[in-house]
Amino acid sequence: MNEYVTPPGGEVSLYGDRVRVYPRAVQGIARNFKWALLIFCLAVYYILPWVRWNRGPGNPNQAVLLDISTERFYFFGITFWPQDIVLLTGGLILAAVGLFLITSLFGRIWCGYACPQTVWTDLFMLVERWIEGDRNARMRRDAGPTSLDKVWRKLAKHSVWLGVAFWTGGGWIMYYVDAPTVVGDFWTGQASYGVYGFTFLFTATTYVLAGWAREQVCTYMCPWPRFQSAMLDEQTLIVTYQGWRGEPRGRGKRDVVPAPAFGDCIDCHACVHVCPTGIDIRDGVQLECIGCGLCVDACNEIMTRTSQPLWLIKWDTLARQAGLAKGELVEPIKLIRPRTLIYLAVLGIAVAAMGIGLAMRSLLEVSVQHERAPLFVRLHDGSLRNAYTLKLVNKYTHDVSFTVTVEAAMRAKLQVAGSTDAPADAITILVPADSVGAYRVFLDAAPGGVEAKNAEITFLLRDTTDNILIKRSANFIGAGKPGGG
Amino acid sequence: MPTKIEKDVISGRETTGQVWDGLRELNTPIPRWWLYTFIATCVWSVGYVVVYPSVPGLFGYYHGAINYSTRVEVNGQVASIAAIRARSMDRIEATPFAQIASDPKLMAVAMAAGKITFANNCQPCHGAGGGGRPGFPTLASDSWIWGGKLEDIQTSVQHGIRNEDPDARMSQMPRFGVDGLLKPVEIAAVADYVLALRGANKDGTDVTAGGKLYAENCVACHGEKGEGKREVGAPNLRSAVNLYGTSKDAIIAQISAPRQGVMPGWNARLDAATIKSVAIYVHSLGGGE
Repeated sequence: MNEYVTPPGGEVSLYGDRVRVYPRAVQGIARNFKWALLIFCLAVYYILPWVRWNRGPGNPNQAVLLDISTERFYFFGITFWPQDIVLLTGGLILAAVGLFLITSLFGRIWCGYACPQTVWTDLFMLVERWIEGDRNARMRRDAGPTSLDKVWRKLAKHSVWLGVAFWTGGGWIMYYVDAPTVVGDFWTGQASYGVYGFTFLFTATTYVLAGWAREQVCTYMCPWPRFQSAMLDEQTLIVTYQGWRGEPRGRGKRDVVPAPAFGDCIDCHACVHVCPTGIDIRDGVQLECIGCGLCVDACNEIMTRTSQPLWLIKWDTLARQAGLAKGELVEPIKLIRPRTLIYLAVLGIAVAAMGIGLAMRSLLEVSVQHERAPLFVRLHDGSLRNAYTLKLVNKYTHDVSFTVTVEAAMRAKLQVAGSTDAPADAITILVPADSVGAYRVFLDAAPGGVEAKNAEITFLLRDTTDNILIKRSANFIGAGKPGGG
Repeated sequence: MPTKIEKDVISGRETTGQVWDGLRELNTPIPRWWLYTFIATCVWSVGYVVVYPSVPGLFGYYHGAINYSTRVEVNGQVASIAAIRARSMDRIEATPFAQIASDPKLMAVAMAAGKITFANNCQPCHGAGGGGRPGFPTLASDSWIWGGKLEDIQTSVQHGIRNEDPDARMSQMPRFGVDGLLKPVEIAAVADYVLALRGANKDGTDVTAGGKLYAENCVACHGEKGEGKREVGAPNLRSAVNLYGTSKDAIIAQISAPRQGVMPGWNARLDAATIKSVAIYVHSLGGGE
């Protein structure tokens, strides 16, 4: 019994209750940048599916389309096939390393400005402020009794939120199916269950994540804040409160003689009130800080009003702040450091590899598969037949026809299965645009003993328009004994 | 074992009373929502018992309020898929072979149906892909006994060979050796002649005697040049492929005591459209005429 110690304040809980955050509106440089980026990101998101791109008849004319039913990813002039999935991997590596580089240079600006969670939360907060007013009005109303005013405002807010969420969820679907078609189908009840289901799903997630969960997503759900510390160092530009200048904080006159007992911080909590995650930046770097810099704007407002120098909260490095606190002369911000150079090098390699991969991407793919059952067939004239399946991937938007011949030690003739043409030295096969063609061909080795042995042969496929030669080696399986006798 | 239940100061809860190396465990009740969920499932189970088949009896069971049965459901699903397939299969049955070939979609259905049916019914004897086995014809080859046209194959599949079906393909080769119609020497001479027909008589044996015997005994069915006669199922003796072997020994054995392979008719087991599909599939394997 006596091992237990009651903490001051009595009860402890393993679970903290959620502290509601009521961010206040703020103006300033960070806010303006955040608005600009928000408008840009949302514009791209909502408009991109409607951009058209002519790919000729029979092909979708949507500029960006991830067509799952036909297994194609259309991106403006490029069409990706499932076989190009390696490029997606490369793209993800690129995005990850790019994020590492940006974070090591400028802190969590991805989180603060460009992350969809931030962008949509910002949008939802904007709606909230339009309908329910700013921080103080919202807090007062939430704490107050239920009234007609409160009810209609809440109803209006959630309706607009759901509207935005629906627009967002619907916008997501448009990247997977033709946008004008799906909009028409959606409202006439002709869209697939998948379309309705996913629209509902993404509407729900947008509404819940941006309307209700907000900073909880960043603090508790997202893994990025947990390992971002591996990217940050003393030279990283972060949002920081200049404690050496601000402390001791306090309210009181500054223009007294002798020097006032306070630093520049008047302890007005403006930085706390505007913070979308509800933290106090004056406590230093912390997990919850998404680096949006709204506290910088808020503090600058106050500094202007109290006629003190700006940038009490500013973007700076820990190293410089440590120096400044000691009153030393500090070095300028170092953007070029081993860490950033390494990230840059990795990024460069990834970009180069991706570029080469994209440029060298083969638009014609051929594979030759030997028939497995039966391995060979004896024909009535004693010749020995092997069957092969030629699989030809044509990623071009035009038909490609190939002249197929075989290099072999024995006399052998080719024939397309099902064709009424007599076996010949060369056959012509056609692969329609943007498709995979599978041709079963027979290779008949003339009787004479050679066909008794297994032999290495080579299929030569010559593209009749571009004259590209593709070689594929294959095996001819012999009967093990001469035929015809 | 100390089982003194204590009250924990911090949480205000009781301990379980056990101590492990000085560690006590709080006796934490399950959350209330869990309890409610449990009660809800109990309520649900009552409804489930009423609505669905639940209580077994000696001579039957309680069928439930909505009389649900998985068997009925699966039968319904089987019937509905059969109805969907019937649309294509009925067309296959009604359409002549030549027109099926010019309809890629119908052809694809026929090939798929034929492939599956072949694998389920024909493959044990004829081998995967029609590769054949000793005594069972290689269907992927262009050497046919009863004909390699689509209609020929269809008939062979429908009625089979040498079985009870009155329309079955029938042929009977005399047992020249066993029944004493030819002496062993004569049989060997005929075998040499048959080899010579194919150009496989490499040691230049004189086959005049064999030729004479062939003309007397074999020509009626196998033809003057050994080209065979499909109407009576007499194999082409000039082919490099023969059902029971192409060596001299195999030929002698076949003349002396012919093996007469039997194939069942599939009319009773497969419907007309399926048999047509199988014919199309077999025809595509490489030997189709």
